[in-house]
Amino acid sequence: MIALIVTIIYTFIAYLALTAGSGSFLGFWSVEEIIMGVFLSIIVGAISRKYLCKSGDYRMLNPLRWLLFVVYGFGPFFFAMAKANIDVAYRVVTGKIRPGIVKIKPELKTDFGVTFLANSITLTPGTLSVDVDDENNLYVHWINIPEGEEKNEIANIEKVCGSFAKWARRVAE
Amino acid sequence: MLADYLIWVFIVIGLTFNGLGVIGLLRFPDVYTRLHAATKATTFGSLFTSLAVVTWGLWNYSQGGDSSNIVLSIHTIIAVASLLLTNPVGAHAIARAAYRSGVKPKNAVVDRLEVKE
Repeated sequence: MIALIVTIIYTFIAYLALTAGSGSFLGFWSVEEIIMGVFLSIIVGAISRKYLCKSGDYRMLNPLRWLLFVVYGFGPFFFAMAKANIDVAYRVVTGKIRPGIVKIKPELKTDFGVTFLANSITLTPGTLSVDVDDENNLYVHWINIPEGEEKNEIANIEKVCGSFAKWARRVAE
Repeated sequence: MLADYLIWVFIVIGLTFNGLGVIGLLRFPDVYTRLHAATKATTFGSLFTSLAVVTWGLWNYSQGGDSSNIVLSIHTIIAVASLLLTNPVGAHAIARAAYRSGVKPKNAVVDRLEVKE
């Protein structure tokens, strides 16, 4: 039942975002679009509720996690992304690279947490997640490994992705 | 007036990073390092060109334009959100497929994945 309601609300918000500007009801929508949106959302929710809420765990409904996600997106993540982009720009121009695949142990328990961290790592230039194993260890292709770091069996997580693992734990677990 | 300058700055930053992505694609030695340049630098560049579009829409709306400017901004934000979601997944899928089909990283100083398999 919760899965059905969550899917309907999510679909309806997506519909509202896509049809904004169609009229002047409540500012941006026409009444016809709203009525049609309610019907379509209920149909889509009834069909696809089993796919969106597959795990049966509703911890992501907590608004605090959404707030933390927004803070993370505009704060540490955007800053790290900008810094890494300038670093990769420097490597593109000079051609100084020391590539390799390192292993990190983020110690995350849930699938969503690992997905969150892997996507953050891949969106930050310089690091690219290649594979994941059964113990949720990530294999990361790193474009410029610092001297000496390649000798460690498990690379220093702070050096690979900064505070991303901590944020992934806060937001997604 | 200020918005005009801001839009120019965003477009220049965006085009710079997109251009660097193209140069990286030509310069780097193998598929993994090229993925770095081709997918990430262009994401950052596209983020800034889209930000210029959003700024233009909001500015025109605040100067008395009709609601189609807001629509443009909202749709651009949706496009950026889907770009940020699909880009890392695509890069990850390409890298994993390349490794599985036997492409080794060139000039690599370390390869922990080789030990595993």
